[in-house]
Amino acid sequence: MGVDVVTTESSTGLGIQLQGLTKSFRSPQGEVHAVRGIDVSIAAGETVALLGPNGAGKSTTIDMLLGLTQPDSGSVTLFGRAPGDAIQNGAIGAMLQTGSLIRDLSVRELLTMMAALYPTPLGVDEVIELVGIGAIAERRTQKLSGGETQRVRFGVALISDPDLLVLDEPTVAMDVEGRHAFWDTMRGFAARGKTIIFATHYLEEADQNADRAVLMAHGSIVADGPTTEIKAMVGLRTIRATLPGVEIADLEHIAGVTSAERRGEAIVLHCADSDAAIRALLAAYPQMRDIEIAGAGLEQAFLQLTGGEGAQ
Amino acid sequence: MITYAKYEILRTFRNRRFFIFSIGFPLVLFFVIAGPNRNVHNFASSGLPAPLYYMVGLTAFGTMNTVLSTGTRIAGERAAGWNRQLRLTPLSTKNYFRTKVIVAYLMALITILVLYAAGISLGVHLAAGEWARMTGLVLVGLIPFVALGVLMGHLLTTDSIGPAMGGTTALLSLLGGVWFPVNSGALHDIAEALPSYWLVQASHVSIGGGGWGTRGWLTVAAWALVLAAAAATAYARDTKRV
Repeated sequence: MGVDVVTTESSTGLGIQLQGLTKSFRSPQGEVHAVRGIDVSIAAGETVALLGPNGAGKSTTIDMLLGLTQPDSGSVTLFGRAPGDAIQNGAIGAMLQTGSLIRDLSVRELLTMMAALYPTPLGVDEVIELVGIGAIAERRTQKLSGGETQRVRFGVALISDPDLLVLDEPTVAMDVEGRHAFWDTMRGFAARGKTIIFATHYLEEADQNADRAVLMAHGSIVADGPTTEIKAMVGLRTIRATLPGVEIADLEHIAGVTSAERRGEAIVLHCADSDAAIRALLAAYPQMRDIEIAGAGLEQAFLQLTGGEGAQ
Repeated sequence: MITYAKYEILRTFRNRRFFIFSIGFPLVLFFVIAGPNRNVHNFASSGLPAPLYYMVGLTAFGTMNTVLSTGTRIAGERAAGWNRQLRLTPLSTKNYFRTKVIVAYLMALITILVLYAAGISLGVHLAAGEWARMTGLVLVGLIPFVALGVLMGHLLTTDSIGPAMGGTTALLSLLGGVWFPVNSGALHDIAEALPSYWLVQASHVSIGGGGWGTRGWLTVAAWALVLAAAAATAYARDTKRV
């Protein structure tokens, strides 16, 4: 991505810059270093997943990105402007992690009320259509289910026709069908050339919906790259099986296996592609038995990436 | 901004609690208390007819509830994370509070008009200028309560704000003389230092003078300033933490 200064007509060419951000909180257990100096540069039009386990510092980073929390040090610029200025122009839309809706208004009235605050909003009907809430548009906000509330909140985030859409674990209260529809809408919005940053602790969500993933653990960035690369790094699975009398060195050469170890009669193989590995293994060693394949999970993958440091 | 305010008003109107506590309650109490005393012309040696005294007393009680409920709405918005959502819009803090104050006063005006109508039905009779001056004093006297509502809204949660507000209005209306005049002794000294007392004293316009002496204006101004400063501090702390 371009760090070089190019003369663009549009300030959106500058993208999103987070530089040296740090943030600590005081808690009864002492000081918590939520974010420990992160640098991220996102080009306009990118869809980036902020991936990490709970407590990684994703939400604090997003709060600083949006200007809701002041960083202890470092700076944020959104399309070349401070967060507050970008917000004034209606350039930012966000769906925060926690939150519901104010009561005693219909969905349509709430969206109309919010649209009125922005200089160049989308049409209320367009947003209702976009997030698929036509059936509940006339319903009072306090009578919505959790999933419906999330969809309306998504509508609120889109109403300003933002250049940057920020979503903090948006699918938490949604059922499978709801998630599917949600990501479809998001990708449709991204296709309009919008910049999207979303936080998630599901690798699949990052993999399926983002071009790039930024991995956070313990307040730091541990990896940043295309989702395919990130998936290979953290999408680790482990194959365990009983297989006596085979050299570990031979097992390490099997496709999809990144490392292997022996524990008595059993072997433990860490795999980037467990599907390929198990096919090759069964062909080569039909006597293999007691086979278990387990996903490593993000937490474990992060611990491997960070060497377990900083765990508190 | 106008559309935003319009829906904010609509939202408040749809809240049943507003009609019960800010209009229904004071209205029923007014008829229950002032009704049997409608022919008492010098109520408890205050020099005022009982219906006038209670009309203003219960207007004070009702409007206190009305403007303090700004706090309930703020606490509700905080619980819903809506204040954070609003901070992501171009709506300025100033306009956010301006809308809250406009809505509070609009609701208070409804309470005032309903109780005036009730008062007139029991024979309250004032000159046009006296009605106007009295209303002016009530509206000014409400300033400290608007600030108190904002303060409580930012300090308390949706669970604790109900009881806190109920207790505050009960105590302030009792000591302020909503239910019976507090015109002598230590209680009177305490009462004179409270903003609710001066709200009730607005009815004194009918016996000459501005209704409030210098002391009244100073007391209301002091409470307004202190509570507004406290509310601003609470707001600043609240937005820094979240």
